[in-house]
Amino acid sequence: MGLESKLINDGFFTTTVDAMAAWARESSVWPMPMGISCCAIEMMASGDPKYDISRFGSEVMRFTPRQCDLMIVAGTVTYKMAHVVKKIFDQMPEPKWVIAMGACTSTGGMYRSYNVVQGIDQFLPVDIYAAGCPPRPENLLNALMQIQDKIGKTRVKDFPDPPHTSIDEKQGELSLSKN
Amino acid sequence: MKELLKDKLTGQFTTVQFEFIEQFDELTLKFDKSAIVNVCAFLKDEDGLKFNFCEDVTAIDWATRKNRFTVVYHIFSMENKFRLCLKVDVDESECSVESVSSIWKAANWAEREAYDMYGIIFLNHPDLRRMYMPEEFEYHPLRKEYPLMGIPGAIPLPKK
Ligand code: SF4
Repeated sequence: MGLESKLINDGFFTTTVDAMAAWARESSVWPMPMGISCCAIEMMASGDPKYDISRFGSEVMRFTPRQCDLMIVAGTVTYKMAHVVKKIFDQMPEPKWVIAMGACTSTGGMYRSYNVVQGIDQFLPVDIYAAGCPPRPENLLNALMQIQDKIGKTRVKDFPDPPHTSIDEKQGELSLSKN
Repeated sequence: MKELLKDKLTGQFTTVQFEFIEQFDELTLKFDKSAIVNVCAFLKDEDGLKFNFCEDVTAIDWATRKNRFTVVYHIFSMENKFRLCLKVDVDESECSVESVSSIWKAANWAEREAYDMYGIIFLNHPDLRRMYMPEEFEYHPLRKEYPLMGIPGAIPLPKK
């Protein structure tokens, strides 16, 4: 991977902790499989040996949001389900990313109707939209690779302070921030 | 089976007007909504009929007709392998019909769905809550006057 050659020459290399952390994050994105309808089948297919999402370090699909940093919203989000999706998203620790997988999730898709949210970006910060109905596993992997690129470029300053540790400057002490 | 059904029903219920319609290879029975519980109980328990399976309860909105809604029951007799469709008309001004969930337990959720989508009240239903839409939702989306794209803000979204 290039790393070994560098080590053979010098026995060490220099970088910043920041870049190292981003690299580590990028190479082991743990997805929260928010499989709500048919797109979820393709999401499962991208985990099988043929497409093998573990080539990208993301095979660890966690069914608890507390251990995830990427939410793959795969399926039709109804207004009723939107509250559940948001609740689960809120439980994921920062930093976190979102893939909107499929036409339904991105725009409401073919469900132009009163009960389907016309695009989850109305309530979630979406990073990548994967087009298709359903997107093929290659497309999901492509979305994942783009997320990895994005994560690789992040630095600590890009993330807002987590609310419970922000220092209130006037008082100069640790306090709960009021949102 | 059809003749037996006609004989038994007209013999048992002398005051109820039955209309027998044959369509789509199926027998349809139309009558007044006031008789629904008695007729259903009879169809279920009578020897030789035994309609013991309620497949679905749903409704039709005719929008402009005088009796605006038709409540439709699909029932099946496992013993005779015979399917029957019951229809009763319901007007908008008196938008209610007796529940049959005391006869077929399976009608419970189906009636909740019909209530949710059309706003038809099923009297004496044990638990008439909305089936699909959120409880605080104020409309009945399968009524013809409800717009396809919904009423903005009728169902709240979570905050961003
Ligand atoms: S985009 Fe297509 S495949 Fe995906 S959830 Fe919607 S209808 Fe199903």
